[in-house]
Order: sequence, then structure tokens, then C-alpha cells
Amino acid sequence: MPEEIKAHITGVVFQIAAKPGDSVAAGDPVIVLESMKMEIPVEAPRAGSVKEIRVKEGQTVQEGETIAVLE
Amino acid sequence: MFRTVLVANRGEIARRVFRACRVLGLRTIAVYSEADAGAPHTREADAAVLVGPAPARESYLAIDRIVTAAREGGADAVHPGYGFLSENWRFAEACLRAGLIFVGPTPAAIRAMGDKTEARRLMQAAGVPIVPGSLEPLGDLAETDRVAREIGFPLILKAAGGGGGIGMARVTAPAELAGAFTTAGRRAQAAFGTAALYIERYLECPRHVEVQLFGDHHGTVVHLHERECSIQRRHQKVVEESPAPRLTETTRRGLTSAAARGAAAIGYTNAGTMEFLVDDRGDFYFLEMNTRLQVEHAVTEEVTGLDLVVEQLRVAAGEALPWRQEDIATRGASIECRVYAEDPDKGFLPSPGTIGRLDLPAGDGVRVESGVETGSTVSVHYDPLLFKLIAHGGSREEAVVRMAASLDRCRVEGVKTNLAFLGRVVASEAFRRGEVHTQMVEQGAFNA
Repeated sequence: MPEEIKAHITGVVFQIAAKPGDSVAAGDPVIVLESMKMEIPVEAPRAGSVKEIRVKEGQTVQEGETIAVLE
Repeated sequence: MFRTVLVANRGEIARRVFRACRVLGLRTIAVYSEADAGAPHTREADAAVLVGPAPARESYLAIDRIVTAAREGGADAVHPGYGFLSENWRFAEACLRAGLIFVGPTPAAIRAMGDKTEARRLMQAAGVPIVPGSLEPLGDLAETDRVAREIGFPLILKAAGGGGGIGMARVTAPAELAGAFTTAGRRAQAAFGTAALYIERYLECPRHVEVQLFGDHHGTVVHLHERECSIQRRHQKVVEESPAPRLTETTRRGLTSAAARGAAAIGYTNAGTMEFLVDDRGDFYFLEMNTRLQVEHAVTEEVTGLDLVVEQLRVAAGEALPWRQEDIATRGASIECRVYAEDPDKGFLPSPGTIGRLDLPAGDGVRVESGVETGSTVSVHYDPLLFKLIAHGGSREEAVVRMAASLDRCRVEGVKTNLAFLGRVVASEAFRRGEVHTQMVEQGAFNA
């Protein structure tokens, strides 16, 4: 069952920590956002395999925007 | 005195420097990014120059663009404010090469104090106590392990290339060392361009007390007393005050004279701050030196009655400091609260947005330094500081009461803020008694 991972805060994508095909555990960072001088990881809500990364480094994402999809 | 000053910064500190320039009748130039078009700091200067797009790397951190703006705008001097390029010795050097006066210390002093292990060696040589730990950057993990066992656990791994809490890892047991070494090294590399680390013994719940220093180009170095800055979140200060409460006269004198001695030993010029950790016995240890104006300089101004920014400009122009150490006295007490755009319901993560309403307090003993106004956009690209609230009183009790009332009168809509948190700090028994330490916020002492 695919699950969308959403950004919990508005920020700029600082780092992509996982790529499609990677398996992640619950709590693993998928991307790292930079907002107001802080690095804020967006974590996998559960274990799974990364199906899709929908953002690029340097891109601004809004709170609630889908950044990746798990399957 | 020079005639025109470019301020390589934004927000409240750019406005603060422009105000000092006006006191001296100097012409001012602002720089701004595309995200800051029309921001308050750009309207207060005599001229404003767009230096690049929103990301700081391409605007406020772009040395070439800022130096070009200064030369083309006819500036004689550059004031870096705090943050951004203020502690970048290459920027100071680029200014000097372009024939500009850098309002701050020499590139050599910035470089020496920016190298955290060199700063420790220099201060130890000057007789300033340092936190026990390594004096040289660590090599590989094997060497780190050996040094760690000598110093003992718990310990803290720190970045040699810079401070501010970045690339820091607390290690409580030998088994955690390898993981912490890798993580801290990676963060240090990303932030400072070098993965070099050093070790310090971890002090349990120390206080953070710092000393304001000032040197001129005629061999005078003085201190402007101390500030207590223990209330911190994620190593960022939130509440500061001067004088530091509950410090014995022995510790106070020891700290201030050690700091002045250390600054004199390196021939320090302009404003700087030496930070110390103070343990529960009143012993103190040099932590690092900030070679710039601090965010919290205002509390020192309130208790000493001196204008630090005006004096920075005069010293940069080659004038001698007009103060003798014995003339610098403090009067009453002053407290600063930093109001940040942070969401308390999300673990105090930054809260960007547009400010719909902004009511700020005013009155006797109340000073506000704000970078924003109604309608300002609080962008994801910069520090979340909205404004600083500073309260002064004839006694600490009076300053605390004034601060509590001032916090109550603040209204900010459009972004979430830490105002309620600050209110709880100021109302707390521990703060009222002056019993503070650096771990309190993380330990939840001021939770709702």
C-alpha cells in the first residue's frame, strides 16, 4: 500500500537522504529540509521501500506537500 | 571619521547599525536579497543595493557581491553585524583589499579565534582557564579513542572549524564514540568545510556567562562586564541579562579580568565577547570567543549607558577608546528576550509566514529592536529572530517585572512565536531567583 510522505514544515530541500529503491526503517530521514538556519529531517513514518522522491535539492516545499512515496 | 558605511546584514541588526551611523552623521548603504525587497532595513538606509536572490549563499553570504556593492556605492567602511559574514576572516580581508575599513577585529584575530583549538591554545597560554580537553584537532578514530579515555566520560566532541553548537555530540560511554565521531565530523564538514574535531570534558549543567570586550588600535583593551546567557534551546540563546545574578565577586572579577587579559594577549581590536562555562563551584572555563557584535549587546548598553555600535565605528576609524576600565560601571539590571518565529506545538520548529498584526510594547525602561513590521514576510531562508525585547530596571526585580509586563503586551499574528514560552521563563521561580543553567530548557523546566 503506497503511502505519501508529507513535509511537516515549509523549507528548502537541503539534502535527499534516500533514493528510490532504498529500504528505510520507521524514523529514518528521507529528506532533510533547511528552514531558518535549522536542518529538519522528514522521517519515514513506517518501514518500507522508497518508491518515489518528488523533490530536488534546493527546491522550496510547503508544509503538507508530498516529498516522497513509500511502498 | 569615514563618511559612508555599508551594512552587510539584514533585520534588526542592520537597523541598529544604521541608527548608530545616524548618531555620527554617516551616510548608510543597505544590501538586500530579492526576498527582502522593501524590508524595513532597506528603507532606513540612504541607499539600498540588491545583491542577489533569496538564498543567503547567493546574497548575504556572497563576499564578491557585497564588496562590489560597497565599492560601487562609495562606501568607506563595512559593518558586518552578527551572523552571515561577521566571523569570516576572508570577508574581512576582502574588504581591506578593496580599500574598505572592516568594522571589527583584524582578519588574523577572526581567523585565530575561529579555529577553536587554536583559540584554546592561545587562551591557555595567556593564563585563561579552558575546559579540560584536547588542544589539537583529533586525527583518526583511534587517536580520538585514546584522548577520550584520558579525558574521561561523559565528554563532548566539537567542531574545530567553528562554534554555535554545530557539529557537537555528547558522548557518555566509549561504545558511543565511533558513531558520534562520524556524525559530528560530517556535520562539521558541511558547516565549516573541515571535519576536524576536538574533545572537551562535558560539564554537567554549567552556566553560560560571557564577558563583553573592547579594544582599540592604541593598545587599550577593556571589559564591559558580564552577561548571563544560560537560557538556551539547541545551543541558541533565548534570554540574556547583565549583570549575571548569583555570581560571587571572586568569580565575577576572575572572569572579567581573565577575559580582558586574554583579549590583550592577542592584541584584540573592536568589540568581541569571550564565552565561559561556570560550574556550581564558581570555577570558570573559556569556551570560545565571538569576534563580532553579539545579538545580546543591548543588555550591556542598558547597564553601562554606553553605545557599543557607535564605539565600534569610532574605533574602526582609528579613534582611541574614551573609557578607562575604572570608569565603566553598571547601573541596575537589564534582561533581553529573543522573540522567535517558532511553533511551540511542533517542538519549536521555525514558523515562516506573513505578519498580519504586530503590537510592540514601549515605555520607560523598555527597548525593542525589531527587524519586522506588520506585513513583513518571515522567510524560510533566514534566522527566525523577529525582535528583541529589552527591559532595564534599577534592580533585577524591577527589570523582571518590566519584562513580564512587556511580554504580555506583545501581539504577533500570522506566525507562531515563542512568546508564551518566554513568559513562562520570566515567571518561573528558578529564573526569579537567578538559578539558571544551560540544560534547563531541554530538561523541560519551562514547559507548559
